[in-house]
Amino acid sequence: MFGLFQTGFAGFTWGNGVMIAFGGLLLYLGIVKKMEPLLLVPIGFGVVLVNLPFGGVMESIVQGKVVEAYAIGGQPAGLLAYIFSFGILTDIIPCFIFLGLGALTDFGPLIASPKTLILGAGAQFGVYFAFFLALRLGFSVREAASIGIIGGADGPTTIYLTSKLAPHLIGVTAVAAYTYMAMVPIIQPPIIRALTTKKERAIYMKPQLRPVSQQEKILFSVIATIIIVLLAPRCAPLMGMFMFGNLLRECGVTDRLADTAANAFMNILTILVGVSVGAFMSAESFLTPKSLMVYGLGIAAFAGSTFFGVILAKSMNLFLKEKINPMIGAAGVSAVPMSARVVQRMGQKANPRNFLLMHAMGPNVAGVIGTAAAAGIFLGMLGH
Amino acid sequence: MSQEIIEVPITGKIISVSVKAGDKVKEGDTICMLESMKMENPIVAPADGTITEVKVTAEQVVKPGETIAIIEY
Repeated sequence: MFGLFQTGFAGFTWGNGVMIAFGGLLLYLGIVKKMEPLLLVPIGFGVVLVNLPFGGVMESIVQGKVVEAYAIGGQPAGLLAYIFSFGILTDIIPCFIFLGLGALTDFGPLIASPKTLILGAGAQFGVYFAFFLALRLGFSVREAASIGIIGGADGPTTIYLTSKLAPHLIGVTAVAAYTYMAMVPIIQPPIIRALTTKKERAIYMKPQLRPVSQQEKILFSVIATIIIVLLAPRCAPLMGMFMFGNLLRECGVTDRLADTAANAFMNILTILVGVSVGAFMSAESFLTPKSLMVYGLGIAAFAGSTFFGVILAKSMNLFLKEKINPMIGAAGVSAVPMSARVVQRMGQKANPRNFLLMHAMGPNVAGVIGTAAAAGIFLGMLGH
Repeated sequence: MSQEIIEVPITGKIISVSVKAGDKVKEGDTICMLESMKMENPIVAPADGTITEVKVTAEQVVKPGETIAIIEY
């Protein structure tokens, strides 16, 4: 009998069961449906692990007492609690993930067609739409900003901002951002179809963009850093790492560093962020009305970003001599390259001569910059 | 009868070719798969017709503007 009390069964609650099922769902989506497997598999496993009672992977010490679920402000004591505390709450991991993303990003399409920068910025209206919606629903201004940023569909930025403004929401906002990123092919097409006619979706754009020189790409990473950080200073850690990673890729003399940043380093960080964010979702912290509302608002944020991106592209067509396919506005969310791929598929379906991938990659990478800048603006206003 | 050249839209590598000369295709049928930017992109037939020539093979690295196939309709 005494032995039974030493096992996890004694502490197992219905909430643990629900969360293990949720972790199983994330694993299913990642492994079977191949939706963002590099993220959903570590997150899903982290959720399962933390909901096995007495395991202690997220133990922390609060006022001398050991608590099993991670407590913000407490002293980390469990394996993943250390990673969460020193890697995520300090922003080290999200910022270095941006280094890897920079090393993976080709700004060529954006430089070749600078007007797509406007679309990347336009999609951020969805962030502010969800921000105000969350405020109306009673969330604090710091919580509302962390919820709104989900609309950017950018996991590291969401984690970065939430860890600074509303760390108690970090599990749910991160999972919302990553799962909605994975669900781009499901969420975006109906919104795009509702906002555009078949004729608009069939608008032809020449597949090739002008060639962009190495010199232009090098100058872009340096000059964009200076301008963006001067405009939104608090995005410097994210934007600085992002553009630094891109400079490593483009400068032509640091290929080894760019390769490490984009592959081995990025993979290590992805494992650490995925499993520790998943482990933040114990039943006690996730199964609350507030968390579920955040998850619901996240989809409003993401849908809002898609909506505003397409509407902005349609508005631009009122002034452009050579019309753009308005679907590329939907790629202004920073889910790279999922959004661009959705636009490419839908464009090809509406007009088999269309190949919109490069046109959609412009707003897509601009969306990464836009979301990081939006986070910087929120931090500048609320971060103190 | 008119002819149309199906061109490579972006730099990449052909990973598979689904048609051969003489094949009848419908609009939207896959001609080949082009891997570019770590994505597999289908290149599709622009109209119903007959493929008269295929100029690419699997594993071939291609550049924008190069001919993939010629379709007659």
